Amino acid sequence: MRAMVYRGPYRVRVEEKDRPRIEHPNDAIVRVTLAAICGSDLHLYHGLMPDTRVGMTFGHEFIGVVEEVGGSVQSVKPGDRVMVPFNISCGSCFYCARGMLANCHNVNPNATAVGGIYGYSHTTGGYDGGQAEYVRVPFADVGPTLIPDWMHDEDAVLLTDATATGYFGAQLGDIREGDVVVVFGAGPVGLVAAQSAWLMGAGRVIVVDHLDYRLEKARTFAHAETVDFTEHDDVVVHLKRITDHLGADVAIDAVGAEADGNLRQHVAAAKLKLQGGSAVALNWAIDSVRKGATISVMGAYGPIPNSVKFGDAMNKGLTLRMNQCPVKRQWPRLFEHVRNGHLTPRDLVTHRIPLEHIAEGYHIFSSKLDECIKPLVVPNAA
Amino acid sequence: MTYRPQKPPLPETTEELRARIPGWGVDLDPADRPSVPQEVFDPGAYGARWEFPERQPELLPRERSIEHAFLTPVFGTSAPLKGFSGAVRRYAYRRFSEGRAAHWLLLVAGDRLDVLESTVGSYASKHPDNPFAETGVRAEFTHHGVRSRLGRGRADVKHAWMDPVVVGGPWLAAGAGLAVGATALVRRLGRGN
Ligand SMILES: NC(=O)c1ccc[n+]([C@@H]2O[C@H](COP(=O)([O-])OP(=O)(O)OC[C@H]3O[C@@H](n4cnc5c(N)ncnc54)[C@H](O)[C@@H]3O)[C@@H](O)[C@H]2O)c1
Ligand SMILES: [Zn+2]
Ligand SMILES: [Zn+2]
Repeated sequence: MRAMVYRGPYRVRVEEKDRPRIEHPNDAIVRVTLAAICGSDLHLYHGLMPDTRVGMTFGHEFIGVVEEVGGSVQSVKPGDRVMVPFNISCGSCFYCARGMLANCHNVNPNATAVGGIYGYSHTTGGYDGGQAEYVRVPFADVGPTLIPDWMHDEDAVLLTDATATGYFGAQLGDIREGDVVVVFGAGPVGLVAAQSAWLMGAGRVIVVDHLDYRLEKARTFAHAETVDFTEHDDVVVHLKRITDHLGADVAIDAVGAEADGNLRQHVAAAKLKLQGGSAVALNWAIDSVRKGATISVMGAYGPIPNSVKFGDAMNKGLTLRMNQCPVKRQWPRLFEHVRNGHLTPRDLVTHRIPLEHIAEGYHIFSSKLDECIKPLVVPNAA
Repeated sequence: MTYRPQKPPLPETTEELRARIPGWGVDLDPADRPSVPQEVFDPGAYGARWEFPERQPELLPRERSIEHAFLTPVFGTSAPLKGFSGAVRRYAYRRFSEGRAAHWLLLVAGDRLDVLESTVGSYASKHPDNPFAETGVRAEFTHHGVRSRLGRGRADVKHAWMDPVVVGGPWLAAGAGLAVGATALVRRLGRGN
């Protein structure tokens, strides 16, 4: 089969690989019909995530058709059209039994601090991902779900990560009616978080980024106010000024490890890999919110220590909440929101890239060329 | 405002927000939020018909974190350990827990070695690396590389020039290493005469 393969920082290509096999009785093999590239993939692509091996196939956001199932699988059968959460979960460990599906303890031998994720380095379990014609889906009775007839494929694929994560991010902010919510990052995750903040009753939603076309999207797609951080000498002061010097009630970090806006931090983290991510956006959140505020961290950081302004967080009595998104748990409610038009995931799609052009796809998304917001990947066999 | 008891007034009323924003407030009640609270004990909720899953056969020795009691019943089988980088990674797993910086720094070192080994190895294979094609920089010409960046106040333009160094770094390092080695060798041979 044809599959995207990592060759080193900033280098990927399409290779001929063996088709995945059933390796466990609850596995399924899924023929991928549509995949996406996620902002998280960029952390791998840039070489930031420890134990990212040459030869791995990335891709944790995908939908497809069940091709084959192992002996114990009961809930899906060959021919079913399924959407697959980016988390791999056993359904029965201490964490899964409590709904913490992103923190499964039975699927990642490489690290106890992270659950299992498709195509996301060995630090999340060493599984090949879905930017390929076929993918192995462990625990087929737990993760995959039939795509409802009424759902558009592009909505379905985004529900497997970006949309679920943005929505989850707003939930962790513990938003109450009339809260002022600041979202750092106008990528797919931040834009959905901003949209979702309104559903939870926010009184004001402000989105911060430096890419003009994404801020434009924040205004139209997410009905938000926007701040271009390059236009302000000190964005923390600006955020205080536009919130009557109180600061926001809730902040959501939808930027993560490669935050820009401070050259020293960015270079140390993203270029030299000397820390587990640049904490610029997180620190802006800590310093700009009001005392007693809640910060929800959706942005991903590496396992190496970061320079986070912990003292300020403590003195301000902040609540910091964070996790990988337990995708499947969001779905029943999210399906309603998509069906009612309260959330509109596929409006984020800007590029549909044939698998054979995966290298250009990564470059466009990584370098934010051509007004790229969300690139999809279309496998040849789709 | 901040220096007095009341919250600053919002620019829009609830009615205005409801009229302007599709779905405003439909999840106001935390009971409608699927991840509130984070932990809800319900072992039957997600399709598992087992208390502990069957074990996937370990066909190749599988490295694992020493913080785990045993190899997890299911695991990925992408890119098994190999070569010198494999030895470094195996040592990182066997010797250091996730709590130790050495664990991660060795894994990062393993990553760089892997790229060097794999790239050099590719030239002896049927599928040599092609850095130009693999970086996808062709998209600079087909997808408005210049127009996407110039005059738009983007913060990342300041450091985008470093990317080629990150990509080319291993080659530069290897090249520099070779040059230093060769110079030393030449000197030594010269002295030998
Ligand atoms: N928690 C989860 O389950 C989960 C799931 C998916 C993605 N993520 C993470 O969420 C983050 C965002 O993902 P995405 O797909 O939207 O990525 P993306 O790269 O498209 O978006 C990131 C945005 O942040 C902006 N940005 C950079 N520095 C900034 C700063 N200092 N302040 C404000 N904005 C800044 C960038 O310009 C960009 O628009 C990533 O770190 C990703 O790994 C987490
Ligand atoms: Zn993702
Ligand atoms: Zn589990």
